[in-house]
Amino acid sequence: MAGASFEIPSFMPALPEIFVLTMACVILLYDVLSSNKNRMTVYLMAQATLFGAAILTFALHSHIPQITFSGSFISDGMSDVLKMVIYLVTAGVFVFSKQYLIDRNLFTGEYFVLALFAVLGMMVMVSAYSMLMLYLGLELLALCLYAMVALKRDCKEATEAAMKYFILGALASGMLLYGMSMIYGATGSLDIREISDRVIAAGTEDKVLLFGIVFLIVGLAFKLGAVPFHMWIPDVYSGAPTAITLFIGTAPKLAAFALVFRILAEGMGGMQVQWQEMLIMLAVISMIVGNLVAIAQTNIKRMLAYSTIAHMGFLLVGILSGTKEGYAAAMFYTIVYAVMSLGAFGMILMMSRAGFEADNISHFKGLFERSPWFALITMVIMLSMAGVPPFLGFWAKFAVLQAVVAVDLAWVAIVAVITSVIGAYYYLRIVVYMFFNKPEEDIQVSTAKDVQIVMSVNGIAVLAFGIFPGALLALCTAAMPS
Amino acid sequence: MLADLPILSLVIWLPIIGGVAVLIMAKKFSGDVRPVALGTAVLTFIFSIPLYTGFDTSTHAMQFVEKAQWIPTFDIYYHLGIDGISMPLILLTSFTTVLVVVAAWESVKHKAAEYYACFLIMEGLMIGVFATMDAALFYFFWEAMLIPMFIVIGIWGGSRRIYSAVKFFLYTFLGSVFMLVGILYLYYQSGSFLIQDYHNLKIDMFPQILLFLGFLLAFAVKVPMWPVHTWLPDAHVEAPTGGSVILAAIMLKLGAYGFLRFMLPITPDASQELDVFVIVLSLIAVVYIAMVALAQTDMKKLVAYSSISHMGFVTLGFFVVFGIYENSGSTQGAALGIEGAMVQMISHGLISGALFFCVGVLYDRMKSRNIGDYGGVVNSMPVFGALLVLFAMANAGLPGTSGFVGEFMVILSAFQANFWYALLAATTLILGAAYTLWMVKRVVFGEVVSDKVAAMQDLNRREVFVLGTLAALVLLLGVWPAPLVDVMHASVNHLLDQVVTSKL
Repeated sequence: MAGASFEIPSFMPALPEIFVLTMACVILLYDVLSSNKNRMTVYLMAQATLFGAAILTFALHSHIPQITFSGSFISDGMSDVLKMVIYLVTAGVFVFSKQYLIDRNLFTGEYFVLALFAVLGMMVMVSAYSMLMLYLGLELLALCLYAMVALKRDCKEATEAAMKYFILGALASGMLLYGMSMIYGATGSLDIREISDRVIAAGTEDKVLLFGIVFLIVGLAFKLGAVPFHMWIPDVYSGAPTAITLFIGTAPKLAAFALVFRILAEGMGGMQVQWQEMLIMLAVISMIVGNLVAIAQTNIKRMLAYSTIAHMGFLLVGILSGTKEGYAAAMFYTIVYAVMSLGAFGMILMMSRAGFEADNISHFKGLFERSPWFALITMVIMLSMAGVPPFLGFWAKFAVLQAVVAVDLAWVAIVAVITSVIGAYYYLRIVVYMFFNKPEEDIQVSTAKDVQIVMSVNGIAVLAFGIFPGALLALCTAAMPS
Repeated sequence: MLADLPILSLVIWLPIIGGVAVLIMAKKFSGDVRPVALGTAVLTFIFSIPLYTGFDTSTHAMQFVEKAQWIPTFDIYYHLGIDGISMPLILLTSFTTVLVVVAAWESVKHKAAEYYACFLIMEGLMIGVFATMDAALFYFFWEAMLIPMFIVIGIWGGSRRIYSAVKFFLYTFLGSVFMLVGILYLYYQSGSFLIQDYHNLKIDMFPQILLFLGFLLAFAVKVPMWPVHTWLPDAHVEAPTGGSVILAAIMLKLGAYGFLRFMLPITPDASQELDVFVIVLSLIAVVYIAMVALAQTDMKKLVAYSSISHMGFVTLGFFVVFGIYENSGSTQGAALGIEGAMVQMISHGLISGALFFCVGVLYDRMKSRNIGDYGGVVNSMPVFGALLVLFAMANAGLPGTSGFVGEFMVILSAFQANFWYALLAATTLILGAAYTLWMVKRVVFGEVVSDKVAAMQDLNRREVFVLGTLAALVLLLGVWPAPLVDVMHASVNHLLDQVVTSKL
């Protein structure tokens, strides 16, 4: 660190990030300079960027973790898997959002540039190996999201949501940063590996470390949206334009998992006994509050927001077990959640059209009569979220519960399953509306071929991976650093 | 050659694929899907016959075993196999589904393709539950089965169908999730999801009791036992005829099957500790629910309550074994209890299925299930009247019908455990006769109450086929139950060896 000589670090592991950064800048320039008012080119360029990044990530993947930039950047199995899912989910978000944005005059270059910078932020987060990098990635992501929520400038709800999001997000970042500085004070390092070593050496009773962890967890809980730091989630989800909600509700969860994993599991692994108790509290009340309050919602975006809170509780259950299986289960859960969430919000977008938001649960009434195939897909996604086999969501819950039972915390598993049954009620209600009720209004699902294909693939994947979850589970287990 | 076929996989997946095919056909070709549905059901039934003919009755070991790796991360296998306990239930399932498809031929017009698809998919999943040897796979099928049933009640049900469908789903889901935690705990202790590995697992008393209670909740809801039975009358009344038949004939048996697969052999010490608890619940079901049945004015509700009462016999038969073993020191008498309960399960599947078909026949003609709307039906429907009387007699446990055999065996074994158990259980012979025969009297006999009743058509060929087959089986098992009892002998004895071995 203190050496006078300067070595040029290897840029290869960060090539996907560099590529996305370059492309985002290119798209920004094109958007400003081009006289062509049709933004379809921008849309295609953004999709191509994600595709290119996916190829780069895949080509550069190696079985040995690559660490570069003086130990502050890592490219390992976990980061590569998470990045691939981020590209995939974001590409899906773009497809679902296109028509919605066109209808509302939001189909602008800014949307795609901000989304790509957000993707870059997420990539930095999953690959960060020092506290500083983590924070940089997080802020890049968060700033883009604040701006995206406020994209519809003349809409009061959206601006209000953006304001709330910004203030609470800044507060959370402050907490996190304060926690990081305490950790730095106690260990003298920002590097995750060095922190890990020194935490183990310091023992679990170190007061400064403990104090730091409390702040870290408050910050992380804010970002995840765990109760009691969850209040921004329903407001932002329902206030933002649905296309933006779709984006916020999917890909960033993957980055948030990475953030929690890098800090708590990799950095603070030695203090596991301390943070486990705090996470148990957060997980249990998140699952209870999220599922209970979701029942009372009539706006589907708010309902899914509370369901997110409950899902984040479940995710924490996986992490708090503190074993490799638990982390792998939590990672699997996050990936599954992102895919299901993409389908659920995507469905709202498919049913919305110019001047009409299909954001009330009663809009789902009689969908089976009008569009049986997409009603079936929505059912698959809803029941998957409820954790009913044979869908993918069941295995996500199964893996997490298995991990927590294996560390003698069966009571947490019991709380988790009881709240799942409560949660099943509001997912079932959507199914009831779709299949058993007569349509109230004439709502058509989008007929655009690309949207229909992506939605079909999404639904079929939830079913197919539910019947054959082996490969995906094995991938998550293999991706965990040992 | 036949032996080389993976028969169990075939009877699980053939109906599921057939169900999906029916759905696709209806959408793409808009032709008549009924022949395809019937063909699938019949073919599945034909494929399930070798399970009986090729069954080796001399061994308790699992037969027709299939094993393939499914989820390596958790050591979960696609592991199938059957013994004398599950085999008769698989046959009952594939047989009943054929009848359900036939019975719906003309009476289901609304979204017929989806109706058949639901029942076929459900058939595959239910057979899957009976055929699996892997606990995770068991749970997979167990839960997945709820979805088609939920849709069946919700789409084709009566006026309160939505309430009933949601209640059915949430009630059974709540029960099952505790079983999931139990299975995960067993996996954590044994490192395996193979159910047989759990049979040799040593578990302390406290966790055993917790496991027992978790499983009890899952299976008691399904059976259903008093006091967690309240979903059943609602679901039955609102379900279409086919749904009621499948519910009564097979789904309730899944719960009882779970008792034999999980609770008795895995947690025998807890079962022994709490056997009086379960016996008391069973006796309440037998006596109290029978009285409730007496008070019903809705025929379907009456049959539904009668189902709960009869299933009380099944759980009673399972749990008297501990008392018998204590009194006699041998498992011989205990085997009678379990075998009696098993016979009762099959017999109840046939009889309650038949009774629901009968109610369906009346409902198709009059659009009413209210006993008060009928009277003198025998004058316009003599064949139907005769068959209904037969099934009512069987339901009341008349000797010569299958209903007698099971109840008699259970009462006989209950005597060996405790006189009072047997006495209370035997009241069902009176109460059961009272509520079924009284219903028959009011519906079938007496004055013709209205022109509508006078105008009712007697059974058509299709209905005669469905009810006639069931009547033949009820009588056959009533006079000659040996073919059924013989196949389960070895497996029941093996089960009892497990039950009397302490797992502490």
